[in-house]
Amino acid sequence: MTDRLTRSGRTERVAAGSKASRRGEWVIHVVLAVAAVVMVAPFVWQLLTIFKSNREASQMPPTLLPEDPTTGAFATFFGSVPFWAQLTVSLSALVLRVIGQLVVSALAGYAFARLRFPGRRLLFGLFIAMLMVPSQLFLIGQFEIIRDFQLLDTIPALAIPGMFSAFGIFLMRQAFMSIPAGFEEAARLDGAGPLRTFWYIMLPMARPTMAALAVLTSLYSWNDLLWPLIVTPRGDRRPITVGLAGLQGQFGTDYPTLMAGALVASLPLILIFLALQRQFFSGIASSGLKG
Amino acid sequence: MTTDVASPPARQRTRRRAGGLLPSPGWGYLMIAPAFIGLVAFYVWPFLTTFGKSFMDVPAFGPGTFTGVDNYTELLADDRFWQALRNSALYTVILLLGVPVAIVLAALIEQVSRGRALYRVLFFLPVVTLPVAVSMVWRFIYNGDFGLLNYVLSLVGVPGQYWVADATFTIYAVGVVGIWMSLGINLIILGAGLQSIPQDLYEASSLDGAGRVRQFFRITLPLLSPSVFLVTVLTVISALQMFDLIFVMLRSVNNTALADSKTIVYLFYEKAFVEFDQGYGAAIAIVLLMVIMAATLVQFRLQRRWVFYD
Repeated sequence: MTDRLTRSGRTERVAAGSKASRRGEWVIHVVLAVAAVVMVAPFVWQLLTIFKSNREASQMPPTLLPEDPTTGAFATFFGSVPFWAQLTVSLSALVLRVIGQLVVSALAGYAFARLRFPGRRLLFGLFIAMLMVPSQLFLIGQFEIIRDFQLLDTIPALAIPGMFSAFGIFLMRQAFMSIPAGFEEAARLDGAGPLRTFWYIMLPMARPTMAALAVLTSLYSWNDLLWPLIVTPRGDRRPITVGLAGLQGQFGTDYPTLMAGALVASLPLILIFLALQRQFFSGIASSGLKG
Repeated sequence: MTTDVASPPARQRTRRRAGGLLPSPGWGYLMIAPAFIGLVAFYVWPFLTTFGKSFMDVPAFGPGTFTGVDNYTELLADDRFWQALRNSALYTVILLLGVPVAIVLAALIEQVSRGRALYRVLFFLPVVTLPVAVSMVWRFIYNGDFGLLNYVLSLVGVPGQYWVADATFTIYAVGVVGIWMSLGINLIILGAGLQSIPQDLYEASSLDGAGRVRQFFRITLPLLSPSVFLVTVLTVISALQMFDLIFVMLRSVNNTALADSKTIVYLFYEKAFVEFDQGYGAAIAIVLLMVIMAATLVQFRLQRRWVFYD
């Protein structure tokens, strides 16, 4: 859907790109460039700080470029933080949550979009109602369930509640509803059951939406702080967000080390974003990001 | 976009088709089962738990006792709660100020013929960067003694401040970061809205001699209003739930400004999971739900005055 809009929008704009709009374009570029510089400046400052010594980073007036570039910040960070363990926890939780989310949402989304059964509308209404409740309302009960199943300080604890999202089900339902029914009828005439039809015909056609859902879920999973904080009371098995938040207490105002940690922890998702921009943008355009 | 798919004719069509297609309802229940079990266990039941606990006094271990509306009366008499509510409201208003900025930038990005993808990526970077990480970077920039912001301000003769250590400024400082972080999302939603505006409207008005500014106010803004509405609703909902920026930017052993800068969710986290006063925490969460519902309802009421649907 977004795809189509983007493409048609672009062609129309090229047609409309007359002399009048060309002339003023450099002014617009200047405004946008200034805005872009403001947006990116904190990252640039972060990168420059990483290569300074702690003393240089905390002097006034500050230096722009590192006077004596050093990679000591990375050494301090990797030397004192169980980074690889935290990275493994974050990645495992992410993979588990994304897979679970896709399976659960695709199955339910398909059933809501295409199958008829008594209570379908009531159930769907229940799911949608949950979409409107802020996530904090679930935390106490979710914590109790995780605790009662002896799952505190485990990777499943981080991933399981996030697998079930009304948002994912809604997104998949929309995707399946937009697929013409002719494909299913053909499969059914060929004798395929609902499960085969779902798996071989419908699922492949919903792939773009699944990709968008996967990247959005990755984003939530990677960035989440409050839930991991709650379900990792013992301290081992902490994901990167919790580890990074704790770094501050450990290093106080050693900003080069803090900036290095912040960079290393953010990098995996930034790389995923750069590789899969289209999925990020279409996922957000079709839904709005629910924080 | 969403309305397109769910519009009544489309829905009827699918329903009729699905009717012909129908296997046994068993498949439907089977495919919904995982979602249903998970949703009941992790959402419906916790919701009821929270609701129930808000009327109870719950010790850290062991069962609670029913205390009626005691938690709520205590909450309403608690200065810290009102402070948190004011902080969250102020933060939300600041974030709404970012919406016009996003509208103008989105419109400008649509105007250029080259470099659009690059601008989108640059504006979107803060969205995909770990909130904890950007909070740390901003905390450094806001540092009162050697932060970049105070240095830049000193160049133009403005006295420096302890932005995240002086409760006069904390919410504003955090609000700027919030705008910076959410701009990318707003640009994408508004960009999709802009692309669905028929181009011939602009051509027709150009022939009538309308300038760009006039076109922006007469064509772009009215036709974009449904997207603007979506953005404001989402902004308010997420702003009222802000937690991590405060947690990372303000929390330290000796930052006294934190006490006056807590948001509703921060207060909730502290009560329910640090002090383990779950009954009181639950009451805060229920009030948060009511605040969000009221804010959303008001916006839906107001939309009739300014949102243009054709």
